[in-house]
Amino acid sequence: MSTRLAKGGRLLNRGKPLDFTFNGKNLRGVEGDTLASALLANDQMLVGRSFKYHRPRGIVASGAEEPNALVGLGEEARFEPNQRVTTTELFDGLTCASQNHWPSLEFDVGAINSRLARFLPAGFYYKTFIHPRPFWKHVYEPIIRQSAGLGKAPRDRDRDRYEHFYAFFDVVVIGGGVAGLQAAKAAGAAGAKVLLMEQTPHWGGRAPVDGGLIEGAPPENFIDRTLAELEAMENVTLRTRMMGAGVYDHGYLLGYERVGDHQPDAHGPRHRLWRIRAGQIVTATGAIERPLSFAGNDVPGVMLASAIRDYAVNYGVSVGDRTVVVTNNDDAYRTAITLKQLGLEVPAIIDARPGGGGALAAEAVALGIRVENGRGVAWVKGRKRVEGVEICAQAGEGAALEEIKCDAVAMSGGWSPVVHLWSHCGGKLYWDEAAAMFRPDPDKAPTGADGEGFVRAAGAADGQFDLAAVLDNADAAGKAAAQATGHKPQDTAAPKAEAKAENPIEPVWMMPQGASIKLRMKAWLDFQNDVKVSDVQLAAREGFESVEHAKRYTTLGMATDQGKLSNINGLAILSDALGQPIPQTGTTTFRPPYTPISLASIAGEARDAAFQPIRKTPMHDWHAAHGAYWEPVGAWRRPYCFQRPGETIEDAVQREVKATRDSLGLLDASTLGKIIVKGPDAGRFLDMLYTNMMSTLKPGRCRYGLMCNENGFLMDDGVVARLDDDTFLCHTTTGGADTIHAHMEEWLQTEWWDWKVYTANVTEQYAQIGVVGPKSRKVLEKLSDDDLSAEGLSFMGWKDIELAGLKARAFRISFSGELSYEISVPAGQGRALWDKLLEAGAEFGVTPYGTEALHIMRAEKGFIMIGDETDGTVIPQDLGLHWAISKKKDDYLGKRAQARSHMTDPTRWKLVGLETLDGSTLPDGAYATAEGANANGQRNVQGRVTSTYHSPTLGRGIAMGLVLNGPDRMGDVLEFPRVDGHVIRAKIVEPIFYDKDGEKQNV
Amino acid sequence: MLILTCPCCGVTAEETEFHPGGEAHLTRYGPGSSDDEFHGYLFEKVNPKGVHFERWRHANGCGKWFHAARCTVTLEVFGTYSAQTTEPPQHIKDKISAKRPGWSWREFA
Repeated sequence: MSTRLAKGGRLLNRGKPLDFTFNGKNLRGVEGDTLASALLANDQMLVGRSFKYHRPRGIVASGAEEPNALVGLGEEARFEPNQRVTTTELFDGLTCASQNHWPSLEFDVGAINSRLARFLPAGFYYKTFIHPRPFWKHVYEPIIRQSAGLGKAPRDRDRDRYEHFYAFFDVVVIGGGVAGLQAAKAAGAAGAKVLLMEQTPHWGGRAPVDGGLIEGAPPENFIDRTLAELEAMENVTLRTRMMGAGVYDHGYLLGYERVGDHQPDAHGPRHRLWRIRAGQIVTATGAIERPLSFAGNDVPGVMLASAIRDYAVNYGVSVGDRTVVVTNNDDAYRTAITLKQLGLEVPAIIDARPGGGGALAAEAVALGIRVENGRGVAWVKGRKRVEGVEICAQAGEGAALEEIKCDAVAMSGGWSPVVHLWSHCGGKLYWDEAAAMFRPDPDKAPTGADGEGFVRAAGAADGQFDLAAVLDNADAAGKAAAQATGHKPQDTAAPKAEAKAENPIEPVWMMPQGASIKLRMKAWLDFQNDVKVSDVQLAAREGFESVEHAKRYTTLGMATDQGKLSNINGLAILSDALGQPIPQTGTTTFRPPYTPISLASIAGEARDAAFQPIRKTPMHDWHAAHGAYWEPVGAWRRPYCFQRPGETIEDAVQREVKATRDSLGLLDASTLGKIIVKGPDAGRFLDMLYTNMMSTLKPGRCRYGLMCNENGFLMDDGVVARLDDDTFLCHTTTGGADTIHAHMEEWLQTEWWDWKVYTANVTEQYAQIGVVGPKSRKVLEKLSDDDLSAEGLSFMGWKDIELAGLKARAFRISFSGELSYEISVPAGQGRALWDKLLEAGAEFGVTPYGTEALHIMRAEKGFIMIGDETDGTVIPQDLGLHWAISKKKDDYLGKRAQARSHMTDPTRWKLVGLETLDGSTLPDGAYATAEGANANGQRNVQGRVTSTYHSPTLGRGIAMGLVLNGPDRMGDVLEFPRVDGHVIRAKIVEPIFYDKDGEKQNV
Repeated sequence: MLILTCPCCGVTAEETEFHPGGEAHLTRYGPGSSDDEFHGYLFEKVNPKGVHFERWRHANGCGKWFHAARCTVTLEVFGTYSAQTTEPPQHIKDKISAKRPGWSWREFA
């Protein structure tokens, strides 16, 4: 069993016990524990079930690479799935639960899959669920979804706070082990502005566990001394609990700081995402130990040799009483020696190398540990816990020579440098045959804006494993980084270090080397996704020779750990199956983040009101106080309608339309885009932008215009007013103001830069109020002495007037078909004018109306709406707007495109009105069916609804739509099936339903 | 996330401050052009591995369009210059030639 030792645990404060629960069980750890060490101290070896076969799984690692031990952490508003117990610091009151099992962790029905493993090989889902096709959606998908996924998504709103932090440094060192400390010191001493970050709460990395001497003393002395020196440097910033998450273009770097995870009730944000610009980045990210691929290497109790050592030295936890060590390198001997010195049993060290180990092996033998060279593990006995191992000749096929009783297995397949951050932005790797690892290629570093490399690897991350070499290498990296950012490194030497000489590693990708299929089917590569040696070999046989294909086919390395343990082993197995060297197979691409980061940290403060600033018109507060039902339009909020007490939204809309048509409505049109175009060439410029002729417009007059993009498609519309010879005011749609202004600037700056034109987006400078309805002139005349008669201000004219004591501009334009004015005043006076109009309009029953009433009234008149009648594929000709397309102009944006064959195709769908035979309202977007079916077996269609409303004026449904040969088919009846199968029949009519001759607006 | 310098206002800023605008130095074809010419202008943009000329707008800054000469492989930026020109300035071409001898892009080399 695993237990807490009586003594030891360099990171523990044994005087401070902490209570926590796992699957509802009350357990106790101490301050300094990780959740993993606390679980192990309580003999909770079984912590989860694997993804596919639901096999019992225990903790494998002691750090970020942990594939198995994922839990749902916290409860309700603080619940988070898939949290690694190895990187979760224990705090008092922590609650967690294991995942991916039913009904319980100890007894799991899904484990039946493990018995069926023979029938669930790589690509099983692809092969099995392909036929019959109709089963995809309703049979296979629900089953797969039910059984897929590890943790459950949180149901409650996250109650914590998250933030972003922007920072700039000359040199950022990632990783606070001895290499990172030395690199930061070298860069800091040169005067560079340095950030040193460490993902765990502790400085020094593995060195205190692995031993060796620095300047003749244990590594702790060096760590403490260097840390004190760094803290004394004003130009150095130190952060623990902060991970280098990703390296991006030009030195952009994400740092993920877990501020509050270990102290959930403390003040401040939970996570802080550092958005850093670094001149140079030093990756001192260390290395990750590889598992060995032998049968039963996933049984709880089989762990990485370094992890067993970590738990013993750092947390005073013994994983087992009798630990067999199996290795292909010298480092694992350290685990055996450590355990033996703590008084624990190490029945044997199984070394796959015929020649065995070096000085460390001699030390182990001297301690009385049995060492078996040239041997391997054939089989691990036990299901929920290791009971023993059968050993065999590594060179053979797995015939058992002997069974050794044990309750833990420490495995080491060698070390892989953590090259993730080096690779994120294009840094290349090379395969070091002798050391059996991928190393950063210093000649192919990620390059910055100047074309020079901006990332340097240091220490174990650079493939250095000898303590002295690590420090030399890190010192040089720190100095070079400082120099590259314009600082002068000091002429100092790296500290002297010594460690025991090691015999070289011998790559072991499969154990034993000739393992039978029975063994290979139980030899795990990817623990989380249940990918075995046999699966990768099958993928290779089935032709998935590219590493990227094999990865996706088998799901190797696609779990939440992204293959930190499995990638190199899987790659080696694939290369072997393909009979080619490892570098020829290549690696998959490492992508950020290094380990998963919280989505909330990415969002940062951008939530609730701060998610996006809301644009408000000057009348916003009045609307809010008078029942506005808000509709988001771009970043604006506009009233959809004004609801009165007891009124439904539909009632309110119908009332607003009727009141406006009968007497007087008011519309807050302030959101309408307003762009001033000014200069001697303004007319010429607008002739290019609009399909109409704008240069002939007289000052004092308005013209409705259409704007197309260079592809010919209609992009915006609005009324243009000529203010004087040199100046035009272009109205755009509410959502289009910024886009259209940018569109104008683009053409002015990049194509016609010699034209004398200036543009300004003045949308927010003015409030604009639509005064609409038969009584609109009357109410204005009450407030103004200016001549607003039919002659004094004719339709499509504008003039400056004084209204209610305010200087205003009145446009006589109509989007409703009624007699109508739009009054524009400086934004600061908008509310005052609004109030005056309400007061003066009271005797006419003045009714403020919202966007839906606006839409209904324009549809009754057959006016198009950008975004309803247009969708980026519609040209003005489709909409019967030929009258707004100048034939006299040689050119305008979109003219050439509209002459392309597809644009002049007579079968393009054209705009018509649609009148339902039963008076009901067509569903928006409904399609008109035609005879027959297309090549995919889908019913042919001949048109679709673009706008549809219930018209209160006419008392029935009206619609507009685009229909094949529509304008030539007046009176034809089309069929529009609803989603429920009911068919609505509608007659093709002219798209003007109300006041066809325009008598109402022209009075 | 690239860092670019706006040649108009001189600010060196993050990519998020800019808006990309596709290939630079396009010749506009309007009415009277052949289908091939117009099709080429509208749709046939180059996407080279290596030296490339792009349009950018300092959208969250001075609002001006400019051109950038950069390498799509190494992300090296050879320089930025005014959009109000029909070909890259000589000093930019010289800089590219020094770093990428024998380069060519469309009609420029």
